[in-house]
Amino acid sequence: MPETMIDIADLWKNFGALAVLRGISLRVERGSVVAIIGPSGSGKSTLLRCVNLLEDPDRGRIRVGGREMRFGAGLRSGHSDRELSAFRAATGMVFQHFNLFPHMTTIGNVMAGPSIVKRMARREAAEIARALLAKVGLADKADSYPSQLSGGQRQRVAIARALAMNPSVMLCDEVTSALDPELVGEVLGVIEQVAEEGMTIPFVGSSISPLGTT
Amino acid sequence: MTGTRYAWDFSFLWSYRGLILTGLGVTIAYTIGTILLGLVVGLVTGLLRLSKNVLVTAPLVAYVEIFRCTPLLVQIVWFYYALPVVLGIDIPAHVAATLVLSLYTGAFYAEIIRGGVASIERGQWDAARAIGMRRAQVMRHVVLPQAIKRMIPPFMNQSIIQLKNTSLVSTIAVADLLYQGTIITAATYRPLEVYTMVAVIYFLVLFPLTLAAQHVERRLARSD
Repeated sequence: MPETMIDIADLWKNFGALAVLRGISLRVERGSVVAIIGPSGSGKSTLLRCVNLLEDPDRGRIRVGGREMRFGAGLRSGHSDRELSAFRAATGMVFQHFNLFPHMTTIGNVMAGPSIVKRMARREAAEIARALLAKVGLADKADSYPSQLSGGQRQRVAIARALAMNPSVMLCDEVTSALDPELVGEVLGVIEQVAEEGMTIPFVGSSISPLGTT
Repeated sequence: MTGTRYAWDFSFLWSYRGLILTGLGVTIAYTIGTILLGLVVGLVTGLLRLSKNVLVTAPLVAYVEIFRCTPLLVQIVWFYYALPVVLGIDIPAHVAATLVLSLYTGAFYAEIIRGGVASIERGQWDAARAIGMRRAQVMRHVVLPQAIKRMIPPFMNQSIIQLKNTSLVSTIAVADLLYQGTIITAATYRPLEVYTMVAVIYFLVLFPLTLAAQHVERRLARSD
């Protein structure tokens, strides 16, 4: 019996007068890679950002692993900064434009979660970060800054940064869209490897083609 | 024979060196003091300006715009002559001067700080929140380290201007460099030499500071 890792029920989200999500329900099983595709503007990224609570849904229920959040009239104010942060910490996300912290080195980016959020000792956090950088093939770039890396390398660092929190899922939002075509492969290769290790990966893209190469 | 030619003579200024140095000291003290106080005002105002609550931001916007959009000279005169009437209390010149200069430069600092924080891309917030950082942690570890770098050049510019701004307190008899200049003028009837000297002193203090600011600006630009 497969276990449901992400369970979204009746999710609604408006941006002003624009209804973006109208009663979306979705289940993602543990360890599966699910592609959410559709034309731009159809709300795929909004859905993914709701799973991570980067967007605040108007109504509905979201469960990721063992954590559940309910939204609706009167419930919004119920979610404190602390609750939202704890939920997000267990829900990894990789972005189209990488969003690495430019003032931190590569290893600093990967350590940020464990050391700042989990308050792990620096040595321990650095150990985890080094292992993850090795996993994404960037062990030798630990002390480089993001500006010194290629797009593909930056996105691999971003994946390592998300994995450093040991999340139960890894949300991928158009993760190859901003990359030169020849760099797409190295990023998908890393995601494939992460998927093989059992990570649950909802994957948003504007077409199926980036997935076709995996 | 050019009988109207003015005979410049700066030598008498030497005997007033004590007064000039005291004035310069007062000018520098007001500059440093009001920069520090203004920084506190600007930091609080600028960060609170980022709030989404209109009840918080509206009074702050009013404060910033009133001080940015009226002449500093008018503010100084108003705080010294009008405010005591309104409040029914006595405000000494040095208190009025400190208050106005701090609030004035604080309004500019507030905008520099607000603008610096607002200039950090939303993606940085997204990424930091996605790994579970709380709002204060995002500010401290991700947004401010980047924003402060962008705030430094305009902050230095505003602070350099502040040294010149302090000269306006001479109008309410605070004994700064310019005020001592008017005193010396009254005693010697030689305003041309006195104000030339005052200008030269301001320049000698400020020019090295602008060079230093440019140097810092270039270094920051290189490290991007």
